[in-house]
Amino acid sequence: MRLILLWALPAIAGAVSYAVPASRAGTLRPGILVATAAAHLAIVLSLWIRPAPGAFDGWLYADPLGLLVLSLTSVVFFLTALYTVEYMRRQRARGGRVFVTGLLAFLAAATLVTLSQHLALLWVGIEATTLALAPLIFHRHDRRSLEAVWKYLLISSVGIALALLGIFFLATAQVGVAGRPLILDDLTSHAGELHPAWLRVAFLFLLVGFGTKMGLAPMHTWKPDTYGEAPSLVSGLMAGVLTSCAFLGVARVTGVVVAAGLGPFVQPVLIGFGLLSLAVAAVFIIGQSDVKRLLAYSSVEHMGLLVLGLGFGGIGAYGSVLHMLNNGLSKSWLFLVVGNIVLASGSSAISANRGLIRSLPVSGTLLVLGLFAVTGSPPFGLFISEFTLLRAAIGAGHLWVASVMLVLLAVIFVGMALPLLEMALGGEAGNADPLPESRWLVIGPILLAAAVLTLGLYIPTPLRDALAGAAAGLGGMVP
Amino acid sequence: MQTAPDVLLLLVVLTNFVVLGTTRLSAGVRAVAVQGLLLGLLPLTLASSVSFHIVTLSAGTVIVKGIVLPYFLMWAIREAAVRREIEPVVGYIASLLLGALALALAFAIAAHLPLPAEQQALLVPVSLATVMIGFIVLTSRRKALTQVVGYLMLENGTYLFGLTHAESVPFLLEIAVLLDVFVGVFIMGIVVFHINREFDSLDSAHLSELRD
Repeated sequence: MRLILLWALPAIAGAVSYAVPASRAGTLRPGILVATAAAHLAIVLSLWIRPAPGAFDGWLYADPLGLLVLSLTSVVFFLTALYTVEYMRRQRARGGRVFVTGLLAFLAAATLVTLSQHLALLWVGIEATTLALAPLIFHRHDRRSLEAVWKYLLISSVGIALALLGIFFLATAQVGVAGRPLILDDLTSHAGELHPAWLRVAFLFLLVGFGTKMGLAPMHTWKPDTYGEAPSLVSGLMAGVLTSCAFLGVARVTGVVVAAGLGPFVQPVLIGFGLLSLAVAAVFIIGQSDVKRLLAYSSVEHMGLLVLGLGFGGIGAYGSVLHMLNNGLSKSWLFLVVGNIVLASGSSAISANRGLIRSLPVSGTLLVLGLFAVTGSPPFGLFISEFTLLRAAIGAGHLWVASVMLVLLAVIFVGMALPLLEMALGGEAGNADPLPESRWLVIGPILLAAAVLTLGLYIPTPLRDALAGAAAGLGGMVP
Repeated sequence: MQTAPDVLLLLVVLTNFVVLGTTRLSAGVRAVAVQGLLLGLLPLTLASSVSFHIVTLSAGTVIVKGIVLPYFLMWAIREAAVRREIEPVVGYIASLLLGALALALAFAIAAHLPLPAEQQALLVPVSLATVMIGFIVLTSRRKALTQVVGYLMLENGTYLFGLTHAESVPFLLEIAVLLDVFVGVFIMGIVVFHINREFDSLDSAHLSELRD
């Protein structure tokens, strides 16, 4: 029941919000958004306390990996919803109607992805997340956002079409094998009997397809444009939640293929995509002139790290899943902060923003902290997960991969630190008084920062158990 | 030998080449409409017995891929007063040759990947060829609307492969997939409409302001 409510509730709320008459929309729509997000979060929390039985013949079930992505989605969405209320008030967002409905439709679709145990249903969810966010990217209705939404739609749609073909290939590999078609549990438990040639092709298509949605290089080209032009909070949802949902797709199929004993075939492919993503990110981060595009390339980097972890196997799977949580929380943290900066200065160009730590003390501080968090500095959570990934690389005997990773991470650190520190600390000291910052616009990023910091210091037992369960499902283990 | 599906599949291949060779946008859209109708008829001829499931799938495909989406694209062409020529990046002859190459490649690949169950022999190669030719159209044509046509062909190719699993993928999912494609193309159409209004042309080469 709860598993059905989780996606049905936002879907219905989105429809209701669309139907709200314009005269009462000002207060009613934000109310619907926040109330739905809060209810969603409450139900997700209840799943941690008392697990729910599967629904629809086991098509929907919150297994450890799915539950982790679901929780990330719910937390990030709730904090983003709080932020959206004040954001919409300031922006007088045109089409607040499309905006709120799009966000809620996205929540419903993302939830469906995390709960799906049937791979074709997972596909339907991922396609729906793509479509739900398209109108939000086009929010400003100008030439640049038009170009961004076109690239996003076309490249993502082609990627997703290839993923669907991959799913059909997987179904072909399963013909004549016991178990229900395309249900994860049945695929994994009979993995050894799957047709190996079709399974390999299926894996490649699904990796390229869902990898396009993740923004792995070289399929990442839509990402800087889209994150750069979309409203910051939408970019935050994409970088934090949408990419994690797509990663879930990749992880699911990797789990099946590894269970089938094809690890030696898939691991070099995953490592190759991972290293390429890191390298592309390093090249394009240097000299980047727009902070949102900078964060987009940082997202490409972290997607690379996620597939590297899957490619290393062993404790790499654990590191990957932990890194997915850290990355999701820290990316939405930074994009919300950038949203505040853009609200204040009207521009996301790095050169247009100076001395933020004086003009916007809270957001400026959060920007500097965020810089250290996303580049994997202690004591933040990303340090722990990146360290686990490096240990996994060395443990699996990939010494040269580990060294290349270290060099690229160092380059990326420098490439990000220079412009972001310039934004926070540069310019002349002692100019105008700090601008007032609404508490509703800073509470979200502060809580996200606290969560990333907590994950760096201490991982609670239930979370550790879930991470271990997720890693085991991917053929990995706990460090 | 099942002749009806064979004929339908050969006609699908023919529509692929019509899209590759035509100089007119509206002819390309019509060819994709015909392809949609053919796709809708295929489940009826392939199934051993006609069930509610098969009939609804056929009807849904005919309506969405054969009628509604092409009609919508034609509306976009008319309303946005698009110029009629396709303006390929790769010439028509070269496109046709590439298409022929894709077809040969599709047959070669299909020969190497045996289908586990007894299937219509032409289904897999035609599906792969349609996917590849859709890709060629998508990358070698400049107009945004032609790229939507390419995407539709890509989806059609995927759909053809899906027909080998008509019984293992449940009904609701097929409808959901169809709905996703429908909404996707619908949103693309709206964006195409805006592109034309904004740039006075559907040429996606104008979309090059965002770069590093």
